[in-house]
Amino acid sequence: MKERNLSFGGILLLAIVLIYAGVLLLAPVLALVSNTFQNGFEPFWNAITDGEALGTLWLSIRLAVLASTFNAILGVMVAWVLVRHTFWGKGFLNALVDLPLVISPVIVGYVMIVLFGRLGWLKDFPIKLAFSWEGMLVLTVFVSLPFVIREIQPVLSGMGKEQEEAAFTLGATPWGTFWRVVFPAIRHALTYGIVLTLARSLGEFGAVAVIGGGTQGSTESATIYIYRSLNDRNYAGAYSMALLLGIISVVILIIMNNLRIHKRGG
Amino acid sequence: MAQAVAHLDNGASQERNPQMMFWGLRLSVIIYLSVMILMPILVISVQGLRDGWDIFWVSISRPVAWNAIWLSVWTAGIMAIINIVMGTTTAYVLVRYRFWGKGILNSLIDLPFAIPTLVTGVMLTLLYGPQTPLGSFLDDELGIKVIYSQPGIILALLFLGYPFVIRSVQPVMAKLDIAQQEASHTLGASQFTTFRRVILPALLPAMITGGLLSFARALGEFGSIVIISGNIPMRTQTAAVYVYAQVEGDKMASASGVSLVILSIALFTTLGVNFWYKRNRRVNRERT
Repeated sequence: MKERNLSFGGILLLAIVLIYAGVLLLAPVLALVSNTFQNGFEPFWNAITDGEALGTLWLSIRLAVLASTFNAILGVMVAWVLVRHTFWGKGFLNALVDLPLVISPVIVGYVMIVLFGRLGWLKDFPIKLAFSWEGMLVLTVFVSLPFVIREIQPVLSGMGKEQEEAAFTLGATPWGTFWRVVFPAIRHALTYGIVLTLARSLGEFGAVAVIGGGTQGSTESATIYIYRSLNDRNYAGAYSMALLLGIISVVILIIMNNLRIHKRGG
Repeated sequence: MAQAVAHLDNGASQERNPQMMFWGLRLSVIIYLSVMILMPILVISVQGLRDGWDIFWVSISRPVAWNAIWLSVWTAGIMAIINIVMGTTTAYVLVRYRFWGKGILNSLIDLPFAIPTLVTGVMLTLLYGPQTPLGSFLDDELGIKVIYSQPGIILALLFLGYPFVIRSVQPVMAKLDIAQQEASHTLGASQFTTFRRVILPALLPAMITGGLLSFARALGEFGSIVIISGNIPMRTQTAAVYVYAQVEGDKMASASGVSLVILSIALFTTLGVNFWYKRNRRVNRERT
């Protein structure tokens, strides 16, 4: 479809869209900003530099970074196998990859409790996964699993396997082929996927709340902290942390935008 | 000792023959995806049905459970319909027209992908809550309660579903055949007729795909709804919030039935859409 200048009908449609997007997306953001700063900057600063709040933020960041690292490595492997190999059941595996986006996080949390909880089917599992940060990590990996895979797949299938085969024929090791041929091609898509993974992991609430149990000081992530602060009527703490997470997501959004331009150019 | 040597030998031949390594890689990927994604689905199915259909049926037909499931389904359904209409309109404006601020609008649309859903719930409560100017105006003048009520749930779902239809329709729209539109124009069709007869049929698969995906995504939404809905059983308690309440209350058994129902609807919708979309694309390719 060709881009055109605005006609009369176009102006009407544009106005409808701008009002809709403004009311739906922008107005809530403004409400959060104005409520957080209604008594000036100081309450916000005090709330986010509070030791407890910082601790929960640190846990969230740690979970997000670990989950992204893990998903980056496994994501490249999964994408490569799903694109390059042909085997029975591949279509089915490929369809599975999207499912973490639509399976309710609360339900996966519940599954973990059923398996690893006090009366769970695998309650003697050597690693303590229920009510621990390790369990939260597993679920964070789960909810953000598709992003890296789905970003890399089209790039890999677009470049074809000829270059990889040429490198092999010339005697390169699989490892060498990966770093010299595959990695440079998927670099931008991988970064984009990692950024999406980070954003999703930082904001996860339902799954980590169920499995972590939200014990203060050990399994309370930033989102769980917001939830608890609202229940305790510590509104300054809740709004400030919500705004901080919101600011982080806007920064992520800007990075995403720049990367998309890169991806198109490269 | 002999075994160890054989093992070393094997390792050396792996270096030379990448085939072995590729098999190992394939196997790890299959195991990884099965453990991470297939296993939770199986666990929910077994947990939900292990005491038989009767018990499953009893657990979901309790009024509180059944109302939670139905509330999730109908609010997600209404959201999907509004989302298909507004998402397609937004995509049309973004693809079709040149205007100032288009880049900003285009990236703003991804905001729901980036922002934590819990934060969405907090923001909407601050905008429409009973103590806010807008919330009290809507309640006093128009009699509409948004927060702690069903419109709030739909609003939260609209927020998080907005990008789905747009991002699904946009690329299809950008590739639409201009020749067909211009032919329709030259033959005297109005802009609206052109849209209805030429553009809409070409976009429909992408619109429905995006709409159904946002529906499946919304069914299990928790973070924003737990804040906005006030969690009133029978009125504003959705399925995900119900499951959470059961788990927190250590009533594990009663969570399994509702989990299985919601999970099944979401899975069949997603897998169905996947299958249908691929077939649709293949049919189209064979036609041309």
